[in-house]
Amino acid sequence: MGKFIAKRLFMLIPVVLGISFIVLLLLAITPGDPAKMMLGTQATPERIAALRDTLGLDDPILVRFVHFLGQIVQGDFGTSFMTKRPVFDEMITRMPYTLLLVSVSLGVSVVLGIPLGVYAATHHNTWKDNGAMFISLFFVSMPVFWFALLLVRFFGVELRWLPLSGIDTWQSWILPIVATSLGFVATIARQTRSNMLEVVRQDYIVTAKAKGLPERRVIYRHALKNALIPVIMVIGNMFGLLIGGALITEVIFGIPGLGQYTIAGLTGRDYPVIQGSVFILSVMFSLVILIVDVVFAIVDPRIRAQSGRNNSKKRKVGNQIEEDPQEIEA
Amino acid sequence: MEEQGNLLEIRDLAVEYHTDEATIYAVNHIGLTVKKGETIGLVGETGAGKTSIARSILGILPMPPAKIVSGEILYRGNELLRLPEREMRKIRGNKIAMIFQDPMTALNPIETVGFQIAETIRQHDSVSQVEANRRACDMLEMVGIAMGRFGDFPHQFSGGMKQRVVIAMALACNPELLLADEPTTALDVTIQAQVLEMMQSLRERLETSVMLITHDLGVVSEFCDSVAVVYAGEIVERGTVEDIFDRPGHPYTLGLFGSLPRLDATERRLKPIKGRMPDPTNVPEGCRFCDRCPRAEDRCSKSPPAESEIAPGHAVKCFFAPQR
Repeated sequence: MGKFIAKRLFMLIPVVLGISFIVLLLLAITPGDPAKMMLGTQATPERIAALRDTLGLDDPILVRFVHFLGQIVQGDFGTSFMTKRPVFDEMITRMPYTLLLVSVSLGVSVVLGIPLGVYAATHHNTWKDNGAMFISLFFVSMPVFWFALLLVRFFGVELRWLPLSGIDTWQSWILPIVATSLGFVATIARQTRSNMLEVVRQDYIVTAKAKGLPERRVIYRHALKNALIPVIMVIGNMFGLLIGGALITEVIFGIPGLGQYTIAGLTGRDYPVIQGSVFILSVMFSLVILIVDVVFAIVDPRIRAQSGRNNSKKRKVGNQIEEDPQEIEA
Repeated sequence: MEEQGNLLEIRDLAVEYHTDEATIYAVNHIGLTVKKGETIGLVGETGAGKTSIARSILGILPMPPAKIVSGEILYRGNELLRLPEREMRKIRGNKIAMIFQDPMTALNPIETVGFQIAETIRQHDSVSQVEANRRACDMLEMVGIAMGRFGDFPHQFSGGMKQRVVIAMALACNPELLLADEPTTALDVTIQAQVLEMMQSLRERLETSVMLITHDLGVVSEFCDSVAVVYAGEIVERGTVEDIFDRPGHPYTLGLFGSLPRLDATERRLKPIKGRMPDPTNVPEGCRFCDRCPRAEDRCSKSPPAESEIAPGHAVKCFFAPQR
């Protein structure tokens, strides 16, 4: 297992490098000139050209990429064009907000979504199941930004129960978390339900019943544990979507997190900010996928057997399988 | 009918499956007895209702869509179909256990085999985890698996080994009745023989009654004391192995034997029973076998024949049954 993790960590490097290069490439081909934005519309072409030169914007892409890598190795993400502050320091102060928002939302989604899915599955084809699934469908279909605005409008403006925007007290967190997680509660619930319905039809569930086990043990010990394996995968992928969702919720609710920072960088053509944020977000996402794979191996012995034991016969199989997650990331 | 010595008695059992499109008449008012220590073979084609009978006994039919529409199942005089779920759970896996057709899918893939055996033991006997694990190890040894494999997962076993695990699980609480639903169908021939031999010796050792569901007449002749021939959800003939094999009374039973290839004959083609089993959603009014029966007459398609006893303990459901 240790070898497996080390290998996967090593795999992170090309993935993150690739993403960074693509971001640099995209920035180069998108219209908009940071120098123009910094100097304003009145600036003379000479001044713009001079600034472009000092920012290194006219260098060839590969040179800029190597320069960027050189900085990153030293823990330096450059200086923001707009604020003139180091990107790294900015990101460190903003990181906790995003991490809190994403992890609590993920926690809420899992804690509410899985039981809801089990409930729907155990009441299959009754009004309870239909009701739960109808509500889920409603929340899955609702875009985060729209739902967030509705929440602000209702709880912030009309009822005045909760703060509209900014982070001052714990109450400020309620609306952003609800807005981010509801869609995912629904996604997890639907996924759990369909997996449960699939698993309870399996022969080993009949075996468990035939052993005389109580219904509850059959459902939770034998069925749910098996049904959750694909759900773990979904949760991992959701993390990426959650980060994307956080970009929007942070802007709507005025949370000073990484998402807001990234959006500000994007609109201001602030290249170091964009590159730095994307770098950090992709590292975070890759780490989560790694955690998911490790959890997979812990839960499912069939995968554990494949992820490299000191068994020469099995190692061959292991190597083939370990290539799979790579493809997922790519 | 004699009452003593009957471990299990099924009377007038009928099972239907209700789907949106149709009602499937899977088991149609059958009666059956299993004596203590006896091995009874349930023989019939695929889809004849054999598995539904076994699952009814254990109360593990998928309901819905299945529904038991009539009948009673008496186990030691207790009516199982009316037993509350709590009481029924004490019988499942403890007094009556079941071995399933496909060992590849009958075990939970993410639990160790040892856990799955010990779980049964802990469910029924109030013993400590350590004691349950020890007994699970004993069970593994009994079915010929080294106890060192207690902590292995199902995917680390071959098909035959998995079936041994399933058998160990079923026998873990010394059941009085073992329902073996085609225990060797999914295994290859050499493993079949091993598994059957093992079941045979375990049965003798533990004095368990066995209901063996199969479509293999060879297995029946070697393994069973009595036989019930199931056709389209009905028992068309029942009796001892000698009755059925030496003096078959029902045309369907005759057809079954006729369709067996013979080593000493020169025919090159198999002789199947012509036609197919009637559509279980639309069962014929008269005898179920009427369309395929070489001896069918007018009366056969009009009303179903009653079961008649042609010798003590040997009953046939046919108008042409030789009378005593």
